[in-house]
Amino acid sequence: MSSDEAGKAPATIQPLKFHVPQPASRPGEKPDFSDVVIPKAGSVARPPVDVDPKDIRDLAYSIIRVLNREGEAVGPWVPDLSPEDLVRGLRHMMTLRSFDARMQMAQRQGKTSFYMQHTGEEAVSCAFRIALGPHDMNFPTYRQAGLLIAHDYPLVDMMCQIYSNQRDPMKGRQLPVMYSSKENGFFSISGNLATQFVQAVGWAMASAIKNDTRIAAAWIGDGSTAESDFHAALVFASTYKAPVVLNVVNNQWAISTFQGIARGGSGTFAARGLGFGIPALRVDGNDYLAVYAVAQWAIERARRNLGPTLVEYVTYRAGAHSTSDDPSAYRPKHESDEWPLGDPLVRLKQHLIAIGAWSEERHKQAEAEILATVIAAQKEAESFGTLHSGGKPSARDIFEDVYAELPPHLRRQRQQIGV
Amino acid sequence: MPRMTMIEAIRSAMDVAMGRDDDVVVFGEDVGFFGGVFRCTHGLQQKYGVSRCFDAPISESGIVGTAIGMAAYGLKPCVEIQFADYMYPAYDQIVSEAARLRYRSAGDFTCPMVIRMPTGGGIFGGQTHSQSPEALFTHVAGLKTIVPSNPYDAKGLLIAAIEDPDPVIFLEPKRLYNGPFDGHHDKPVTAWSKHALSEVPEGHYTVPLGQAVTRREGAAVSIIAYGTMVHVALAAAEDTGIDAEVIDLRTLVPLDLEAIVASVEKTGRCIVLHEATLTSGFGGELAALVQEHCFYHLEAPVMRVTGWDTPYPHAQEWDYFPGPARLGQALRDIMEAR
Repeated sequence: MSSDEAGKAPATIQPLKFHVPQPASRPGEKPDFSDVVIPKAGSVARPPVDVDPKDIRDLAYSIIRVLNREGEAVGPWVPDLSPEDLVRGLRHMMTLRSFDARMQMAQRQGKTSFYMQHTGEEAVSCAFRIALGPHDMNFPTYRQAGLLIAHDYPLVDMMCQIYSNQRDPMKGRQLPVMYSSKENGFFSISGNLATQFVQAVGWAMASAIKNDTRIAAAWIGDGSTAESDFHAALVFASTYKAPVVLNVVNNQWAISTFQGIARGGSGTFAARGLGFGIPALRVDGNDYLAVYAVAQWAIERARRNLGPTLVEYVTYRAGAHSTSDDPSAYRPKHESDEWPLGDPLVRLKQHLIAIGAWSEERHKQAEAEILATVIAAQKEAESFGTLHSGGKPSARDIFEDVYAELPPHLRRQRQQIGV
Repeated sequence: MPRMTMIEAIRSAMDVAMGRDDDVVVFGEDVGFFGGVFRCTHGLQQKYGVSRCFDAPISESGIVGTAIGMAAYGLKPCVEIQFADYMYPAYDQIVSEAARLRYRSAGDFTCPMVIRMPTGGGIFGGQTHSQSPEALFTHVAGLKTIVPSNPYDAKGLLIAAIEDPDPVIFLEPKRLYNGPFDGHHDKPVTAWSKHALSEVPEGHYTVPLGQAVTRREGAAVSIIAYGTMVHVALAAAEDTGIDAEVIDLRTLVPLDLEAIVASVEKTGRCIVLHEATLTSGFGGELAALVQEHCFYHLEAPVMRVTGWDTPYPHAQEWDYFPGPARLGQALRDIMEAR
């Protein structure tokens, strides 16, 4: 073929077309979730945890749900949680939402540089934490603060981190919400995406190497599953049958990019696990009971040496990506109102009322109590300073912890700024 | 002539390049419909369609890897990495592939592409939104590295980069996007519209790669800077009253050595300034070159003023950032040195 002919299609062949997936609706259009197929609550079977992964491939394409539209808990996935457990779960989610609202406001008031809310996704991290053991390790992203709150990590410490003040456990070094607490099974948040997902697999492999009983939980968002580290994590988890739960939180939006850009032609994110022989479940991420039940199933598999499980939480990021983001530029303004899986707080509240364990009055009272607790924590945290006023971490802290021991060149640099 | 911010100038460069050449394609995370988290690609998808400007999955190795494939086909991709701090997953593709494709195929395949990345701190972005990794690119044979300091240069250099036959790293100091920030963080930043270098021609022009420019003539000491630090250098000269000459490198590779040598031979003193960490930074290369070429003209040792050898902290940002106070002290010290 001469160079003139190269690349030119003969008349009988159609030219190629470039495909870029598009979301169902954009600003000014009617929100459209008709492609989110929602099975009836209670309709998905619950296999035994030692099931052969090839026998449950259909679970990667369905959605496990427990709470139905009437607020009743139905079907084989109804977990063994008492009304008291559920009230506690509701209070965790309410605390997280209240915490978010106060910290969002604090950022707007200039008390810190940045914040990220969880609105609509509270059930995922709050319920998962309850299913996990106290010594297991999470490798979270920036939208799983429920893992700390549901483990009774002090709100004041979280706020001090957000304010980068003199009591900030991270000594002012980290962007707000990049918490770290080994004691609470919460690995240091990086800020780079997907890096932690494969590290969780490594932590789990270590636990197996040392014949320990602890397991790991990996966390990632829908968008970040496109990163190579996600795929590396699946390979290693599959090869070494690592005791890890691989959590994908599909909240539909990666900043301005809808989930179809990361998912491409694969039906679901859960289905990514199938090619690796990893059992994969999809769960209603706004259903506290379903999240708990699925987490428990996956955690038990890991604990019993049956290997990894991939779980996709189908949820919706009702708020902005962060305080630097404005979703009205890329999705319909009221899209979150149309999200077919509702609000996780409202749904658990409705269930508790339906079983007679809760009431509107108790809810109002709890809201007021929680708000008072959060405000009291905020006052205490602010007494140690906020980003631009009051107590600050020392400039010395810039140079500490770069290495275990301060090397001579850093000692010289520290002397240069006189601290 | 229209006035532009740095963001508008960068957008205009891509607009002009896409308008002139159908082979120029633009993509990256949030780059398509939304127009980028810093809005640099705003409106390009609307104007040129989704085949020319589109959203990419969150995969930096994927973005750069596919861009290399496109360049090998004959396109001219201009891709965005959302923050330079997110570049590392793509580093293998950049270093092992893009930089060496021409060399290893003896010119059979080439890689005409641009990788744009917001760089530098000053926005309370913490360690994952503040880094200045230019030395990780200047150290790699086969790459060209650009750091503009103003809207006029940003547009002219970006068009030149897109038209360049080899891979170019285009680092955009994000603290300069909306104004000539000079390191005085406690004072309001003037808008670009009040700055002479915000006058940007609407259409096509280039600023050639490898040409530095003198931003301030002076006789006492040469300050070699690029990006945000050019404005810090001008502020420090103003604050101290020391008659410093400020050289804006604009491109690090290829480097305008003649401009540096001419200036240091004139002043006899030299401070190298950058925001990146000190050890093995680009300032080490500059200091070595000045020593090699200007040794017998030097009246004092070459000094480096840089970020500290630590990760970029959040709360202590202004203790980390090499601002006009730290540079001012260095200027006084170098004038006293004998």
